[in-house]
Amino acid sequence: MNIAKPNSYRSGPDERGHFGIFGGRFVAETLMPLILDLEKAYTAAKADPAFQAEMNGYLKNYVGRPSPLYFAERLTEHLGGAKIYLKREELNHTGSHKVNNVLGQIMLARRMGKKRIIAETGAGQHGVATATLCARFGLECVVYMGAVDVERQQPNVIRMEMLGAKVMPVQSGTRTLKDAMNEALRDWVTNVHNTFYCIGTVAGPHPYPTLVRDFQSIIGNETKAQMQEVEGRLPDSLVACIGGGSNAMGLFHPFLDDPSVEIFGVEAAGHGLTQLHAASIAGGRPGVLHGNRTYLLMDADGQIQDAHSISAGLDYPGIGPEHSWLHEIGRVNYLSATDDEALAAFQLLSRLEGIIPALEPAHAIAKVMELAPKRPRDHLMVVNLSGRGDKDVPQVGDILRGKK
Amino acid sequence: MTTRIDTRFAELKKQGRSAFVTYVMAGDPDLGTSLSIVKALPKAGADVIELGIPFTDPMADGPSIQAAGLRALKIGMTLTKTLELVRDFRKDDNVTPLVLMGYYNPIYIYGVDKFLADAKTAGVDGLIIVDLPPEEDDELCIPALKAGLNFIRLATPTTDDKRLPAVLANTSGFVYYVSIAGITGAAAADANAVGEAVARIKRHTRLPICVGFGIRTPEAARAIAEKADGSVVGTALVDALKNSLDAEGRATARTVNAVAELAATLAQGVKGAKQAAE
Repeated sequence: MNIAKPNSYRSGPDERGHFGIFGGRFVAETLMPLILDLEKAYTAAKADPAFQAEMNGYLKNYVGRPSPLYFAERLTEHLGGAKIYLKREELNHTGSHKVNNVLGQIMLARRMGKKRIIAETGAGQHGVATATLCARFGLECVVYMGAVDVERQQPNVIRMEMLGAKVMPVQSGTRTLKDAMNEALRDWVTNVHNTFYCIGTVAGPHPYPTLVRDFQSIIGNETKAQMQEVEGRLPDSLVACIGGGSNAMGLFHPFLDDPSVEIFGVEAAGHGLTQLHAASIAGGRPGVLHGNRTYLLMDADGQIQDAHSISAGLDYPGIGPEHSWLHEIGRVNYLSATDDEALAAFQLLSRLEGIIPALEPAHAIAKVMELAPKRPRDHLMVVNLSGRGDKDVPQVGDILRGKK
Repeated sequence: MTTRIDTRFAELKKQGRSAFVTYVMAGDPDLGTSLSIVKALPKAGADVIELGIPFTDPMADGPSIQAAGLRALKIGMTLTKTLELVRDFRKDDNVTPLVLMGYYNPIYIYGVDKFLADAKTAGVDGLIIVDLPPEEDDELCIPALKAGLNFIRLATPTTDDKRLPAVLANTSGFVYYVSIAGITGAAAADANAVGEAVARIKRHTRLPICVGFGIRTPEAARAIAEKADGSVVGTALVDALKNSLDAEGRATARTVNAVAELAATLAQGVKGAKQAAE
């Protein structure tokens, strides 16, 4: 591709929220004043040492950071190639990387004086993280979740309710994450005066893709320091799964300007790329939805198509705009893994390492199974283990017992 | 340039009355019925027609308009067919202003320049694209103005005096004031609050101001018509259409009349109003 390489891959977006042609602010007028306020509040918070100090305190003592960087010895032996490290985001409080971002946004909401928090969730991990921090800070919490996902992610629905959140099953459209996001936007337009919309991924109108990335970049920053400590150098490759892409962006971003580091994002190929899937880059093209321009799954008329993935957290027809840009500019390699490949990886990691991963990072593990054997033994590969599999145990159990 | 919208509002001003603006979804519940409804609206008293472009993910619309869009998509409605519908409407009516209302993605995928040329040829007068705020004016608003189409912007209760000039800068035809912070079909705003908002916007622009969201009855339409240059009714008409369908969601013999009769009643409400002196 004939695109000039930038001096830095980390300086975006521009002042209008664009990463190349991607990103932007495509929302109803009602929301614009609030989005501009949010941008101001975030800029001020970033420059305020007290905000950072308070956040660091909660990250350490409430979330449990830093998360370990663990050498997966048995997986490495089994695959017979690269030395594989797991970044253990599943050990965070609430069981996934989502809590990093939610903590940041809830602290912003408090600065802005908002008392009511809304969120959308697919697998329920973002919903659980939001419900948790709303409980901690005494804020009203409403979580929109597709009715299909409410069904397949029951453990997380129960957790959110125990934490005092109201879970709203969404019956419109495909009744999954995309429709939950539509309903959350409708709620926000209606209650804009007192409500903060806590977006769960690096998508949505500017400044969300930026602020979510910044809050998640702690993953990559820690990885860099930890790898330096154990191996004395940078990793050679990074692998992470992508739905909207927040865990991936958090790991990737601090390494984008290190040219020696190969980076792989793994989309959900569902039943396969020629059938039902959720791989927006592999099977989509640029369009405008949910406040940003990005790669989307759609038909010839620009109507958004249904996504499918075994993992509710990846089941979204779009991807964060910065990923779209990194794809077009060629800095990150975007691959995909099918439902079956993810299931096989889920079992392999459970049996070899005693770690039951969520179905989302099982997609990343699936590609590690392909990539690692082709790399030399001194190649250092880091996989983001973005969430733990407790929520998926009933679903995977049913599939493995042949019930579904 | 003077568009059909400018001409219509100039006439209404001379007559000292407010506009009755109707919204229906293109292709709902099928192409033929939809064309008949659009043709019936001016006869029922509609001064301006807004025609919805169906979209899978209408983030700012309530359940009624969302369902209307899905009904249209189910019968295979597309943006191309929406423009054909406008062309067919124009065969018999060369004066009623027609505005397309929808979301950006179908237009972006169609191709902005090709869309503007085709829309102009088909007889479209203006565009209301919900998810294109002034911050994204380069996308469609400015090319539309160059192509001779009005780009009608939404102003809302959250659009304060500081922001209004930016919202109005490239707006033409009329200003669409959304009377509540909310989705289409939600509760109605208080007419007095609308009056204050219209007066506030009028301090910034000479364009006509039409008010929508939550107007369902002739009384409500009349109350708004007394305060603004036009009242927009959408959800009530879409609901009348839906209630006339058979169990499978297909049009019946009553469908076109159900919409036209409600429009006529609402038009009476608007036309009975005396507009506040400016």
